[in-house]
Amino acid sequence: MPFTNEQLERYSRHIILKEIGVKGQKKLLAGKVLIVGAGGLGAPAAMYLAAAGVGTIGIIDADEVDLSNLQRQVIHTTNDLGKPKVESAKETMLAINPDITVNTYHEFLDSTNVLDIFRDYDFILDGTDNFPAKFLINDACVLLKKPFCHAGIIRFKGQLMTYVPGEGPCYRCVFKNPPPKDAVPTCKQAGVIGAMAGIIGCMQALEAVKYLTGAGELLTGYLQTFDGLKGEWHKIKLPPADPDCAVCGTHPTILKPVDYEQAACDWHASRDEGVAEDNS
Amino acid sequence: MNITVGGEKKDVKDGITVSELIAQEKVETPEYVTVSVNEEFIKREDFDARKLKESDNVEFLYFMGGGAR
Repeated sequence: MPFTNEQLERYSRHIILKEIGVKGQKKLLAGKVLIVGAGGLGAPAAMYLAAAGVGTIGIIDADEVDLSNLQRQVIHTTNDLGKPKVESAKETMLAINPDITVNTYHEFLDSTNVLDIFRDYDFILDGTDNFPAKFLINDACVLLKKPFCHAGIIRFKGQLMTYVPGEGPCYRCVFKNPPPKDAVPTCKQAGVIGAMAGIIGCMQALEAVKYLTGAGELLTGYLQTFDGLKGEWHKIKLPPADPDCAVCGTHPTILKPVDYEQAACDWHASRDEGVAEDNS
Repeated sequence: MNITVGGEKKDVKDGITVSELIAQEKVETPEYVTVSVNEEFIKREDFDARKLKESDNVEFLYFMGGGAR
C-alpha cells in the first residue's frame, strides 16, 4: 500500500536515510514488537518505536504508575499516578502516533502465558527488572526461535545484548542461571540515574529498528556496556553459543518455560517438571 | 606482564590467576560474575587454577537486573 501524504511527512526523516528509505519504513509499519515492562527501559523504547511507526507494539506490565517511577519512566506523567502502566503507556504512544496499533497486557509474564503472547511478535524487548523474568524471556525466545534484546541498568551503568536464533549466544549461555534473590542489587535497592533508562532503552529501540529494517549490524554476539560516570561505552565480544547451554545447546534440558520463584530464597526449588533431568 | 581487563591495559604479576585478578580488581558480587578470557568463558570451578598469560584479554560480565520498577 502506498504511503499517505501524512505518512510521507511523518516519516520523512526516516525515508531520507539510505539505510531505511521507503522500503525500511514499510517494514517498520508491518513490524510487530513486544515490550516486556512499561518501566525505565520500556518507556523510552515504546515512545521511540511508536514515533518510528512500528505498526504493532505490544506492551506487558502488571503494575500501576507510582510516584517513584516518574524520575525515569518518561512515558507516564504525574496525572497517570495509580493508572495501569500499560494504559498510561498506550495513551502516550497513540498521542505521539495514532498511525500504530498498541496491544496491552495488564498481567505478569509467566510460564503459562509467555509463549502465547510472544508468538505473535517479530522482536521482543526485555525491559524487566528481575532475573526470573529475564531468564523466562530468554528461554521463551530460544524455544520459539524469536530474536530479542536483553538490557539491564543500575546506578550509572547499563548494558544490552541481542539474541538472534542461530547467530550467537543467548542470555543463558552467558549467565547460566538466575542469581539467588537479593544476591545482586536491584535498582530499587541501589538506585539508578534516570537518564540511564533513556540511553539503554533507546539502544533497545534502535536494535528493534535495525532488526526490522535490516539496517546495520545488531549487537548479536556482543554485550555492550555503558558507564555513565566515565562516559564510556565498551563492546564485549562474547564467545559463540555454548553447546552445553541448558536451553539453546545441543542437548537442552529446558524444554518449556520455567518460573523461577522470585520470593523463594532457593530458586532451585522451582525447577519442577518444566526442566528435564540433566543427563549430559 | 600486561593484560587487558575490560578494555583497559593493566600491568599484573606474572601468572596471576582468574581468582586473584577478581580480588585485585575488587569485582562486585564475585560469586556471580561471568569471566571470559580471549573470548572464551572460564568455568567457575577453574577460576583458582586458570593462570593468565601475557596479553590475555579478560572481561568481567555482570548480572544487571533493573529496568522496570
